[in-house]
Amino acid sequence: MVSDPTTAFAAAWHLVATGDRELYAVVALSLRVSLTALLIATVIGLPLGGALAVYRFPGRGAMIALFDTLMGLPPVVAGLAVYLLLSRAGPLGDYGLLFTPAAMIIAQTILITPIIAALTRQFVEDDWHAYREQLTSLGSGRGRAVPTLLWNCRYSLMTAVLAGLGRAMAEVGAILIVGGNIAGVTRTMTTAIALETSKGDLPFALGLGLVLMVLILTVNGIARLGGLMIQRAGAGYA
Amino acid sequence: MIDIARRFDPLAGLCLLLLLSLAIAVPRAQAGPAGQQAREDFILIASTTSTEQSGLFAHILPRFEAATGIGVRVVAVGTGQALRLGQRGDADLLFVHDKSAEERFIADGYGVGRRDVMYNDFIILGPRSDPAGIAQMRDAPAALRAIAAARAHFVSRGDQSGTHKAELRLWAAAGIDVAALSVNPAGARWYFETGSGMGAALNSAAELDAYLLSDRASWLNFANRRDLTILAQGDPRLYNQYGVMLVDPARHPHVKQASAQAFIDWVTGPEGQAAIAAYRIGNDQLFFPNAR
Repeated sequence: MVSDPTTAFAAAWHLVATGDRELYAVVALSLRVSLTALLIATVIGLPLGGALAVYRFPGRGAMIALFDTLMGLPPVVAGLAVYLLLSRAGPLGDYGLLFTPAAMIIAQTILITPIIAALTRQFVEDDWHAYREQLTSLGSGRGRAVPTLLWNCRYSLMTAVLAGLGRAMAEVGAILIVGGNIAGVTRTMTTAIALETSKGDLPFALGLGLVLMVLILTVNGIARLGGLMIQRAGAGYA
Repeated sequence: MIDIARRFDPLAGLCLLLLLSLAIAVPRAQAGPAGQQAREDFILIASTTSTEQSGLFAHILPRFEAATGIGVRVVAVGTGQALRLGQRGDADLLFVHDKSAEERFIADGYGVGRRDVMYNDFIILGPRSDPAGIAQMRDAPAALRAIAAARAHFVSRGDQSGTHKAELRLWAAAGIDVAALSVNPAGARWYFETGSGMGAALNSAAELDAYLLSDRASWLNFANRRDLTILAQGDPRLYNQYGVMLVDPARHPHVKQASAQAFIDWVTGPEGQAAIAAYRIGNDQLFFPNAR
Protein backbone atom coordinates (compact mmCIF):
# COMPACT_ATOMS: atom_id res chain seq x y z
CA MET A 1 0.00 0.00 0.00
CA VAL A 2 2.87 2.35 0.86
CA SER A 3 4.20 2.16 -2.67
CA ASP A 4 0.84 2.90 -4.29
CA PRO A 5 1.42 6.62 -4.89
CA THR A 6 4.70 5.95 -6.70
CA THR A 7 3.23 3.10 -8.74
CA ALA A 8 0.33 5.42 -9.54
CA PHE A 9 2.77 8.01 -10.91
CA ALA A 10 4.46 5.24 -12.86
CA ALA A 11 1.11 4.05 -14.22
CA ALA A 12 0.10 7.59 -15.18
CA TRP A 13 3.44 8.25 -16.87
CA HIS A 14 3.30 4.93 -18.70
CA LEU A 15 -0.21 5.67 -20.01
CA VAL A 16 0.74 9.10 -21.31
CA ALA A 17 4.20 8.18 -22.56
CA THR A 18 3.07 5.14 -24.52
CA GLY A 19 0.25 7.13 -26.08
CA ASP A 20 -2.36 4.59 -25.00
CA ARG A 21 -5.07 4.93 -27.68
CA GLU A 22 -7.86 3.85 -25.39
CA LEU A 23 -6.78 6.55 -22.94
CA TYR A 24 -6.98 9.23 -25.64
CA ALA A 25 -10.48 8.10 -26.63
CA VAL A 26 -11.57 8.28 -22.99
CA VAL A 27 -9.96 11.71 -22.51
CA ALA A 28 -11.57 13.01 -25.71
CA LEU A 29 -15.01 11.83 -24.58
CA SER A 30 -14.57 13.39 -21.13
CA LEU A 31 -13.67 16.73 -22.72
CA ARG A 32 -16.43 16.51 -25.29
CA VAL A 33 -19.15 15.75 -22.73
CA SER A 34 -18.04 18.21 -20.04
CA LEU A 35 -17.20 21.12 -22.37
CA THR A 36 -20.47 20.74 -24.25
CA ALA A 37 -22.37 20.71 -20.97
CA LEU A 38 -20.33 23.75 -19.89
CA LEU A 39 -21.16 25.60 -23.10
CA ILE A 40 -24.89 25.03 -22.67
CA ALA A 41 -24.80 25.81 -18.95
CA THR A 42 -22.87 29.05 -19.56
CA VAL A 43 -25.22 30.24 -22.29
CA ILE A 44 -28.16 29.64 -19.92
CA GLY A 45 -26.52 30.43 -16.59
CA LEU A 46 -24.86 33.80 -17.24
CA PRO A 47 -27.94 35.69 -18.52
CA LEU A 48 -30.17 33.93 -16.01
CA GLY A 49 -27.90 34.83 -13.10
CA GLY A 50 -27.59 38.41 -14.38
CA ALA A 51 -31.33 38.82 -14.72
CA LEU A 52 -31.93 37.37 -11.25
CA ALA A 53 -29.51 39.92 -9.83
CA VAL A 54 -31.09 42.97 -11.45
CA TYR A 55 -34.81 42.34 -11.82
CA ARG A 56 -37.26 42.27 -8.95
CA PHE A 57 -40.30 40.04 -9.32
CA PRO A 58 -42.51 37.84 -7.15
CA GLY A 59 -40.86 34.50 -6.48
CA ARG A 60 -37.36 35.89 -6.99
CA GLY A 61 -36.28 34.90 -3.49
CA ALA A 62 -37.60 31.40 -4.01
CA MET A 63 -35.74 31.10 -7.32
CA ILE A 64 -32.48 32.24 -5.72
CA ALA A 65 -32.95 29.73 -2.92
CA LEU A 66 -33.72 27.04 -5.51
CA PHE A 67 -30.50 27.65 -7.45
CA ASP A 68 -28.45 27.84 -4.26
CA THR A 69 -29.93 24.48 -3.24
CA LEU A 70 -29.39 22.92 -6.66
CA MET A 71 -25.68 23.74 -6.35
CA GLY A 72 -25.68 20.89 -3.83
CA LEU A 73 -27.70 18.51 -6.02
CA PRO A 74 -26.12 15.06 -5.61
CA PRO A 75 -24.94 13.80 -9.03
CA VAL A 76 -26.60 10.41 -8.41
CA VAL A 77 -29.96 12.11 -7.97
CA ALA A 78 -29.48 14.13 -11.16
CA GLY A 79 -28.46 10.92 -12.92
CA LEU A 80 -31.48 9.04 -11.63
CA ALA A 81 -33.86 11.82 -12.71
CA VAL A 82 -32.35 11.93 -16.20
CA TYR A 83 -32.43 8.11 -16.36
CA LEU A 84 -36.15 8.06 -15.56
CA LEU A 85 -36.73 10.75 -18.22
CA LEU A 86 -34.74 9.02 -20.96
CA SER A 87 -35.59 5.40 -20.17
CA ARG A 88 -37.68 3.66 -22.82
CA ALA A 89 -40.47 3.55 -20.26
CA GLY A 90 -40.01 7.27 -19.50
CA PRO A 91 -41.52 10.37 -21.18
CA LEU A 92 -38.55 10.94 -23.55
CA GLY A 93 -37.86 7.23 -24.12
CA ASP A 94 -38.70 7.30 -27.83
CA TYR A 95 -35.59 9.33 -28.63
CA GLY A 96 -33.36 6.42 -27.58
CA LEU A 97 -30.87 8.74 -25.85
CA LEU A 98 -30.16 6.56 -22.82
CA PHE A 99 -26.60 5.18 -22.66
CA THR A 100 -25.30 7.74 -25.18
CA PRO A 101 -22.99 10.76 -24.72
CA ALA A 102 -26.02 13.01 -25.26
CA ALA A 103 -27.60 11.63 -22.08
CA MET A 104 -24.39 12.40 -20.19
CA ILE A 105 -24.35 15.97 -21.53
CA ILE A 106 -27.95 16.47 -20.38
CA ALA A 107 -27.16 15.19 -16.87
CA GLN A 108 -24.05 17.35 -16.49
CA THR A 109 -25.85 20.42 -17.85
CA ILE A 110 -28.47 19.98 -15.13
CA LEU A 111 -25.70 19.70 -12.54
CA ILE A 112 -23.67 22.77 -13.51
CA THR A 113 -26.21 25.30 -14.75
CA PRO A 114 -27.33 26.11 -11.16
CA ILE A 115 -23.69 26.60 -10.10
CA ILE A 116 -23.01 29.11 -12.86
CA ALA A 117 -26.38 30.86 -12.43
CA ALA A 118 -26.12 31.12 -8.63
CA LEU A 119 -22.53 32.41 -8.60
CA THR A 120 -23.27 34.83 -11.44
CA ARG A 121 -26.29 36.15 -9.54
CA GLN A 122 -24.15 36.87 -6.48
CA PHE A 123 -21.27 38.55 -8.34
CA VAL A 124 -23.57 40.66 -10.51
CA GLU A 125 -25.79 41.67 -7.61
CA ASP A 126 -22.79 43.01 -5.66
CA ASP A 127 -21.85 45.11 -8.69
CA TRP A 128 -25.42 46.21 -9.24
CA HIS A 129 -25.55 47.63 -5.72
CA ALA A 130 -22.25 49.45 -6.27
CA TYR A 131 -22.95 50.92 -9.73
CA ARG A 132 -26.70 51.15 -9.76
CA GLU A 133 -26.93 54.95 -9.63
CA GLN A 134 -24.23 55.38 -12.26
CA LEU A 135 -25.95 52.94 -14.59
CA THR A 136 -29.43 54.34 -14.15
CA SER A 137 -28.21 57.96 -14.40
CA LEU A 138 -26.87 57.15 -17.86
CA GLY A 139 -30.47 56.47 -18.69
CA SER A 140 -30.15 52.80 -19.43
CA GLY A 141 -32.78 50.45 -18.13
CA ARG A 142 -32.26 47.24 -16.24
CA GLY A 143 -32.22 45.26 -19.46
CA ARG A 144 -29.20 47.23 -20.71
CA ALA A 145 -27.57 46.95 -17.31
CA VAL A 146 -27.35 43.14 -17.39
CA PRO A 147 -24.78 42.79 -20.21
CA THR A 148 -22.83 45.77 -18.86
CA LEU A 149 -22.66 44.20 -15.41
CA LEU A 150 -21.78 40.76 -16.80
CA TRP A 151 -18.92 42.38 -18.72
CA ASN A 152 -17.79 44.26 -15.64
CA CYS A 153 -17.76 41.05 -13.56
CA ARG A 154 -15.88 39.06 -16.19
CA TYR A 155 -12.98 38.14 -13.90
CA SER A 156 -15.30 36.71 -11.26
CA LEU A 157 -17.52 35.06 -13.86
CA MET A 158 -14.49 33.24 -15.22
CA THR A 159 -14.22 31.60 -11.80
CA ALA A 160 -17.93 30.74 -11.85
CA VAL A 161 -17.55 29.05 -15.23
CA LEU A 162 -14.43 27.19 -14.14
CA ALA A 163 -16.26 26.03 -11.00
CA GLY A 164 -18.92 24.57 -13.30
CA LEU A 165 -16.27 22.90 -15.43
CA GLY A 166 -14.63 21.41 -12.34
CA ARG A 167 -17.89 19.90 -11.18
CA ALA A 168 -18.60 18.47 -14.64
CA MET A 169 -15.16 16.95 -15.12
CA ALA A 170 -15.06 15.50 -11.61
CA GLU A 171 -18.49 13.92 -11.20
CA VAL A 172 -19.10 10.23 -11.81
CA GLY A 173 -22.47 9.49 -10.19
CA ALA A 174 -24.69 10.98 -12.89
CA ILE A 175 -22.85 9.85 -16.03
CA LEU A 176 -22.40 6.33 -14.68
CA ILE A 177 -26.19 5.93 -14.46
CA VAL A 178 -27.21 7.59 -17.72
CA GLY A 179 -24.13 6.60 -19.76
CA GLY A 180 -23.71 3.03 -18.53
CA ASN A 181 -19.88 3.16 -18.76
CA ILE A 182 -19.93 1.32 -22.11
CA ALA A 183 -16.40 0.70 -23.40
CA GLY A 184 -15.66 2.91 -26.39
CA VAL A 185 -19.04 4.65 -26.27
CA THR A 186 -19.71 6.26 -22.89
CA ARG A 187 -16.57 5.52 -20.86
CA THR A 188 -15.04 8.72 -19.49
CA MET A 189 -12.10 9.38 -17.20
CA THR A 190 -14.18 9.24 -14.03
CA THR A 191 -16.19 6.14 -14.93
CA ALA A 192 -12.96 4.40 -15.99
CA ILE A 193 -11.48 5.27 -12.58
CA ALA A 194 -14.54 3.79 -10.84
CA LEU A 195 -14.22 0.64 -12.97
CA GLU A 196 -10.52 0.13 -12.28
CA THR A 197 -11.14 0.66 -8.56
CA SER A 198 -13.76 -2.10 -8.57
CA LYS A 199 -11.32 -4.39 -10.37
CA GLY A 200 -8.96 -3.74 -7.47
CA ASP A 201 -6.31 -2.17 -9.72
CA LEU A 202 -5.80 0.75 -7.36
CA PRO A 203 -2.47 2.08 -8.75
CA PHE A 204 -3.92 2.19 -12.27
CA ALA A 205 -7.08 3.91 -10.98
CA LEU A 206 -4.97 6.48 -9.15
CA GLY A 207 -2.82 6.91 -12.25
CA LEU A 208 -5.94 7.74 -14.28
CA GLY A 209 -6.87 10.19 -11.52
CA LEU A 210 -3.55 11.96 -11.92
CA VAL A 211 -4.05 12.21 -15.67
CA LEU A 212 -7.51 13.69 -15.04
CA MET A 213 -6.08 16.33 -12.67
CA VAL A 214 -3.47 17.35 -15.25
CA LEU A 215 -6.25 17.57 -17.84
CA ILE A 216 -8.33 19.91 -15.67
CA LEU A 217 -5.24 21.99 -14.92
CA THR A 218 -4.53 22.27 -18.64
CA VAL A 219 -8.05 23.38 -19.55
CA ASN A 220 -8.03 25.94 -16.73
CA GLY A 221 -4.59 27.12 -17.83
CA ILE A 222 -5.72 27.57 -21.43
CA ALA A 223 -8.66 29.65 -20.26
CA ARG A 224 -6.64 31.87 -17.91
CA LEU A 225 -3.51 32.29 -20.02
CA GLY A 226 -5.49 32.70 -23.24
CA GLY A 227 -7.43 35.52 -21.64
CA LEU A 228 -4.26 37.18 -20.40
CA MET A 229 -2.51 36.98 -23.75
CA ILE A 230 -5.43 38.38 -25.68
CA GLN A 231 -5.65 41.18 -23.11
CA ARG A 232 -1.96 42.05 -23.65
CA ALA A 233 -2.37 41.99 -27.42
CA GLY A 234 -5.46 44.17 -27.15
CA ALA A 235 -3.67 46.64 -24.85
CA GLY A 236 -1.09 47.22 -27.59
CA TYR A 237 -3.74 48.64 -29.88
CA ALA A 238 -5.47 50.66 -27.22
CA MET B 1 -16.84 51.13 -15.83
CA ILE B 2 -15.61 53.62 -18.39
CA ASP B 3 -13.08 51.33 -20.05
CA ILE B 4 -15.73 48.75 -20.84
CA ALA B 5 -15.56 48.68 -24.60
CA ARG B 6 -12.05 49.98 -24.94
CA ARG B 7 -10.10 46.84 -24.42
CA PHE B 8 -10.16 43.24 -25.38
CA ASP B 9 -10.06 41.54 -22.02
CA PRO B 10 -9.87 38.29 -20.07
CA LEU B 11 -13.50 37.65 -20.64
CA ALA B 12 -11.75 36.63 -23.82
CA GLY B 13 -10.38 33.77 -21.74
CA LEU B 14 -13.91 32.72 -21.05
CA CYS B 15 -14.75 33.13 -24.72
CA LEU B 16 -11.71 31.07 -25.61
CA LEU B 17 -12.89 28.31 -23.30
CA LEU B 18 -16.30 28.37 -24.93
CA LEU B 19 -14.71 28.39 -28.38
CA LEU B 20 -12.65 25.41 -27.33
CA SER B 21 -15.79 23.59 -26.26
CA LEU B 22 -17.44 24.51 -29.56
CA ALA B 23 -14.40 23.27 -31.45
CA ILE B 24 -14.60 19.97 -29.64
CA ALA B 25 -18.35 19.66 -29.37
CA VAL B 26 -19.61 20.74 -32.77
CA PRO B 27 -17.54 18.57 -35.11
CA ARG B 28 -18.22 15.57 -32.90
CA ALA B 29 -21.90 16.36 -32.71
CA GLN B 30 -21.99 16.43 -36.50
CA ALA B 31 -19.88 13.32 -36.75
CA GLY B 32 -21.93 11.65 -34.00
CA PRO B 33 -25.22 10.92 -35.76
CA ALA B 34 -23.47 10.10 -39.05
CA GLY B 35 -21.06 7.81 -37.26
CA GLN B 36 -23.95 6.17 -35.49
CA GLN B 37 -25.74 5.63 -38.77
CA ALA B 38 -22.67 3.89 -40.10
CA ARG B 39 -22.84 1.59 -37.08
CA GLU B 40 -26.60 1.60 -36.80
CA ASP B 41 -26.55 -2.13 -36.25
CA PHE B 42 -25.58 -2.51 -32.64
CA ILE B 43 -27.29 -4.22 -29.75
CA LEU B 44 -27.27 -3.28 -26.09
CA ILE B 45 -26.69 -6.05 -23.58
CA ALA B 46 -27.47 -5.53 -19.90
CA SER B 47 -25.14 -7.88 -18.11
CA THR B 48 -23.42 -8.43 -14.82
CA THR B 49 -20.19 -7.08 -13.43
CA SER B 50 -18.71 -10.60 -13.35
CA THR B 51 -18.91 -11.13 -17.13
CA GLU B 52 -17.66 -7.64 -17.98
CA GLN B 53 -14.95 -7.20 -15.35
CA SER B 54 -13.60 -10.73 -15.75
CA GLY B 55 -12.65 -9.78 -19.30
CA LEU B 56 -14.94 -12.41 -20.86
CA PHE B 57 -16.80 -9.90 -23.04
CA ALA B 58 -13.55 -8.31 -24.22
CA HIS B 59 -12.55 -11.82 -25.30
CA ILE B 60 -15.72 -13.04 -27.05
CA LEU B 61 -17.43 -9.88 -28.38
CA PRO B 62 -14.80 -9.01 -31.03
CA ARG B 63 -15.28 -12.54 -32.39
CA PHE B 64 -19.05 -12.07 -32.58
CA GLU B 65 -18.67 -8.63 -34.17
CA ALA B 66 -16.24 -10.02 -36.76
CA ALA B 67 -18.54 -12.94 -37.55
CA THR B 68 -21.76 -10.95 -37.92
CA GLY B 69 -20.89 -7.24 -38.34
CA ILE B 70 -23.21 -6.46 -35.42
CA GLY B 71 -21.77 -4.11 -32.81
CA VAL B 72 -22.32 -4.86 -29.12
CA ARG B 73 -22.56 -2.37 -26.26
CA VAL B 74 -22.48 -3.74 -22.73
CA VAL B 75 -23.89 -2.07 -19.63
CA ALA B 76 -22.51 -4.02 -16.67
CA VAL B 77 -24.65 -3.88 -13.52
CA GLY B 78 -25.93 -6.40 -10.97
CA THR B 79 -28.41 -9.05 -12.19
CA GLY B 80 -31.26 -7.36 -10.28
CA GLN B 81 -30.61 -4.03 -11.96
CA ALA B 82 -30.09 -5.69 -15.35
CA LEU B 83 -33.53 -7.28 -15.07
CA ARG B 84 -35.04 -3.89 -14.21
CA LEU B 85 -33.33 -2.34 -17.26
CA GLY B 86 -34.91 -5.12 -19.31
CA GLN B 87 -38.34 -4.52 -17.77
CA ARG B 88 -38.21 -0.88 -18.81
CA GLY B 89 -36.99 -1.79 -22.29
CA ASP B 90 -33.60 -0.13 -21.86
CA ALA B 91 -31.68 -3.10 -23.26
CA ASP B 92 -32.11 -5.52 -26.17
CA LEU B 93 -31.00 -8.60 -24.34
CA LEU B 94 -29.92 -9.78 -20.91
CA PHE B 95 -26.92 -11.92 -19.98
CA VAL B 96 -27.29 -12.64 -16.26
CA HIS B 97 -27.01 -15.27 -13.55
CA ASP B 98 -30.01 -15.73 -11.28
CA LYS B 99 -32.07 -18.52 -12.82
CA SER B 100 -35.12 -18.25 -10.57
CA ALA B 101 -35.36 -14.47 -11.07
CA GLU B 102 -34.85 -14.96 -14.81
CA GLU B 103 -37.67 -17.49 -14.98
CA ARG B 104 -39.93 -15.07 -13.10
CA PHE B 105 -38.90 -12.35 -15.58
CA ILE B 106 -40.03 -14.61 -18.45
CA ALA B 107 -43.22 -15.66 -16.66
CA ASP B 108 -44.13 -12.01 -16.03
CA GLY B 109 -43.94 -11.41 -19.77
CA TYR B 110 -40.86 -9.20 -19.89
CA GLY B 111 -38.51 -11.55 -21.75
CA VAL B 112 -38.54 -14.39 -24.25
CA GLY B 113 -36.30 -17.17 -25.51
CA ARG B 114 -34.12 -17.79 -22.44
CA ARG B 115 -31.16 -20.11 -23.05
CA ASP B 116 -28.54 -21.46 -20.68
CA VAL B 117 -25.09 -20.30 -21.85
CA MET B 118 -22.37 -21.28 -19.41
CA TYR B 119 -21.61 -21.76 -15.76
CA ASN B 120 -18.89 -21.17 -13.26
CA ASP B 121 -18.95 -21.39 -9.50
CA PHE B 122 -19.02 -19.30 -6.39
CA ILE B 123 -16.24 -19.51 -3.82
CA ILE B 124 -16.07 -18.48 -0.18
CA LEU B 125 -13.11 -16.16 0.39
CA GLY B 126 -11.67 -15.06 3.68
CA PRO B 127 -8.51 -13.91 5.46
CA ARG B 128 -5.60 -16.37 5.59
CA SER B 129 -5.84 -16.39 9.41
CA ASP B 130 -9.33 -17.97 8.96
CA PRO B 131 -10.79 -17.17 12.42
CA ALA B 132 -13.90 -19.32 11.74
CA GLY B 133 -11.82 -22.34 10.66
CA ILE B 134 -13.64 -23.05 7.39
CA ALA B 135 -10.59 -23.90 5.27
CA GLN B 136 -11.11 -26.97 3.06
CA MET B 137 -14.82 -27.22 3.95
CA ARG B 138 -16.94 -28.46 1.04
CA ASP B 139 -20.29 -27.91 2.74
CA ALA B 140 -21.03 -24.22 2.02
CA PRO B 141 -23.94 -23.75 4.50
CA ALA B 142 -21.84 -25.41 7.23
CA ALA B 143 -19.03 -22.95 6.46
CA LEU B 144 -21.46 -20.03 6.82
CA ARG B 145 -22.68 -21.48 10.15
CA ALA B 146 -19.08 -21.59 11.36
CA ILE B 147 -18.55 -17.94 10.32
CA ALA B 148 -21.74 -16.93 12.16
CA ALA B 149 -20.75 -18.91 15.27
CA ALA B 150 -17.34 -17.20 15.34
CA ARG B 151 -19.03 -13.83 14.67
CA ALA B 152 -16.29 -13.27 12.10
CA HIS B 153 -16.67 -10.32 9.73
CA PHE B 154 -18.70 -11.15 6.61
CA VAL B 155 -19.22 -8.76 3.70
CA SER B 156 -22.45 -9.14 1.73
CA ARG B 157 -23.11 -7.56 -1.67
CA GLY B 158 -26.57 -6.53 -0.46
CA ASP B 159 -27.53 -5.30 -3.96
CA GLN B 160 -30.00 -7.95 -5.23
CA SER B 161 -27.38 -9.14 -7.72
CA GLY B 162 -27.12 -12.79 -8.77
CA THR B 163 -24.27 -13.30 -6.31
CA HIS B 164 -26.24 -11.67 -3.49
CA LYS B 165 -29.25 -13.89 -4.20
CA ALA B 166 -27.02 -16.96 -4.18
CA GLU B 167 -25.54 -15.85 -0.85
CA LEU B 168 -29.03 -15.40 0.64
CA ARG B 169 -30.02 -18.91 -0.51
CA LEU B 170 -26.93 -20.31 1.23
CA TRP B 171 -27.72 -18.46 4.48
CA ALA B 172 -31.27 -19.80 4.31
CA ALA B 173 -29.87 -23.32 3.82
CA ALA B 174 -27.63 -22.70 6.84
CA GLY B 175 -30.71 -21.79 8.87
CA ILE B 176 -29.48 -18.30 9.68
CA ASP B 177 -31.73 -15.25 9.32
CA VAL B 178 -29.34 -12.55 8.06
CA ALA B 179 -32.15 -10.02 7.67
CA ALA B 180 -32.37 -9.98 11.47
CA LEU B 181 -28.63 -9.33 11.77
CA SER B 182 -28.75 -5.84 10.32
CA VAL B 183 -30.60 -4.62 13.41
CA ASN B 184 -27.64 -5.61 15.61
CA PRO B 185 -26.14 -2.61 17.42
CA ALA B 186 -23.18 -1.26 15.43
CA GLY B 187 -20.61 -2.51 17.92
CA ALA B 188 -21.86 -6.10 17.78
CA ARG B 189 -22.16 -6.18 14.01
CA TRP B 190 -20.21 -8.74 12.02
CA TYR B 191 -22.44 -9.02 8.91
CA PHE B 192 -21.93 -6.00 6.63
CA GLU B 193 -24.26 -5.23 3.73
CA THR B 194 -22.20 -3.04 1.41
CA GLY B 195 -24.82 -2.57 -1.31
CA SER B 196 -22.12 -2.54 -3.95
CA GLY B 197 -20.72 -4.41 -6.93
CA MET B 198 -18.43 -7.44 -6.70
CA GLY B 199 -15.24 -5.41 -6.99
CA ALA B 200 -16.21 -2.91 -4.32
CA ALA B 201 -17.28 -5.76 -2.01
CA LEU B 202 -13.91 -7.50 -2.58
CA ASN B 203 -12.10 -4.24 -1.76
CA SER B 204 -14.14 -3.91 1.46
CA ALA B 205 -13.54 -7.52 2.50
CA ALA B 206 -9.79 -7.15 1.87
CA GLU B 207 -9.80 -4.10 4.12
CA LEU B 208 -11.97 -5.62 6.89
CA ASP B 209 -10.32 -9.07 6.91
CA ALA B 210 -13.81 -10.36 6.23
CA TYR B 211 -15.27 -13.46 4.59
CA LEU B 212 -17.40 -13.09 1.48
CA LEU B 213 -19.00 -15.02 -1.36
CA SER B 214 -17.63 -14.21 -4.81
CA ASP B 215 -17.95 -15.64 -8.28
CA ARG B 216 -14.67 -17.24 -9.34
CA ALA B 217 -14.26 -15.10 -12.47
CA SER B 218 -14.31 -11.78 -10.56
CA TRP B 219 -11.85 -13.19 -8.04
CA LEU B 220 -9.40 -14.41 -10.69
CA ASN B 221 -9.42 -10.96 -12.26
CA PHE B 222 -9.16 -9.02 -8.98
CA ALA B 223 -5.87 -7.31 -8.22
CA ASN B 224 -6.16 -5.89 -4.67
CA ARG B 225 -6.31 -9.26 -2.85
CA ARG B 226 -4.13 -8.40 0.13
CA ASP B 227 -4.80 -11.14 2.72
CA LEU B 228 -7.83 -12.70 1.01
CA THR B 229 -7.72 -16.30 -0.20
CA ILE B 230 -10.10 -19.08 -1.31
CA LEU B 231 -11.20 -21.04 1.77
CA ALA B 232 -14.25 -23.08 0.76
CA GLN B 233 -15.29 -24.36 -2.66
CA GLY B 234 -16.68 -27.37 -4.48
CA ASP B 235 -20.18 -27.58 -2.97
CA PRO B 236 -22.73 -28.30 -5.75
CA ARG B 237 -24.83 -25.53 -4.20
CA LEU B 238 -22.09 -23.07 -5.30
CA TYR B 239 -22.91 -23.78 -8.95
CA ASN B 240 -23.54 -20.53 -10.88
CA GLN B 241 -25.56 -20.74 -14.10
CA TYR B 242 -25.57 -17.91 -16.65
CA GLY B 243 -28.47 -17.41 -19.03
CA VAL B 244 -29.24 -15.17 -21.98
CA MET B 245 -32.66 -13.92 -23.09
CA LEU B 246 -34.33 -11.38 -25.35
CA VAL B 247 -36.28 -8.44 -23.94
CA ASP B 248 -39.82 -9.10 -25.18
CA PRO B 249 -40.15 -7.29 -28.54
CA ALA B 250 -43.94 -7.47 -28.31
CA ARG B 251 -43.80 -5.29 -25.19
CA HIS B 252 -40.93 -3.08 -26.40
CA PRO B 253 -41.13 -2.72 -30.22
CA HIS B 254 -37.79 -0.84 -30.44
CA VAL B 255 -35.88 -3.98 -29.32
CA LYS B 256 -33.52 -5.03 -32.11
CA GLN B 257 -34.91 -8.51 -32.29
CA ALA B 258 -33.04 -9.92 -35.30
CA SER B 259 -29.59 -8.71 -34.20
CA ALA B 260 -30.17 -9.72 -30.59
CA GLN B 261 -31.37 -13.16 -31.66
CA ALA B 262 -28.25 -13.45 -33.81
CA PHE B 263 -26.19 -12.93 -30.65
CA ILE B 264 -28.17 -15.55 -28.72
CA ASP B 265 -27.74 -18.04 -31.60
CA TRP B 266 -24.02 -17.29 -31.84
CA VAL B 267 -23.23 -17.46 -28.11
CA THR B 268 -25.16 -20.72 -27.65
CA GLY B 269 -23.77 -22.13 -30.92
CA PRO B 270 -20.47 -23.94 -31.49
CA GLU B 271 -18.41 -20.78 -32.22
CA GLY B 272 -19.57 -18.85 -29.17
CA GLN B 273 -19.29 -21.85 -26.87
CA ALA B 274 -15.74 -22.50 -28.06
CA ALA B 275 -14.83 -18.84 -27.52
CA ILE B 276 -16.14 -19.01 -23.92
CA ALA B 277 -14.18 -22.19 -23.21
CA ALA B 278 -11.03 -20.64 -24.64
CA TYR B 279 -11.00 -17.69 -22.22
CA ARG B 280 -8.40 -18.20 -19.50
CA ILE B 281 -6.50 -16.15 -16.97
CA GLY B 282 -3.18 -17.91 -16.45
CA ASN B 283 -4.07 -21.59 -16.30
CA ASP B 284 -7.59 -21.04 -15.04
CA GLN B 285 -10.63 -21.42 -17.27
CA LEU B 286 -13.21 -18.89 -16.03
CA PHE B 287 -16.48 -20.04 -17.58
CA PHE B 288 -17.66 -23.46 -18.76
CA PRO B 289 -20.03 -23.51 -21.77
CA ASN B 290 -23.19 -25.61 -21.29
CA ALA B 291 -25.70 -24.18 -23.77
CA ARG B 292 -28.95 -26.08 -24.05
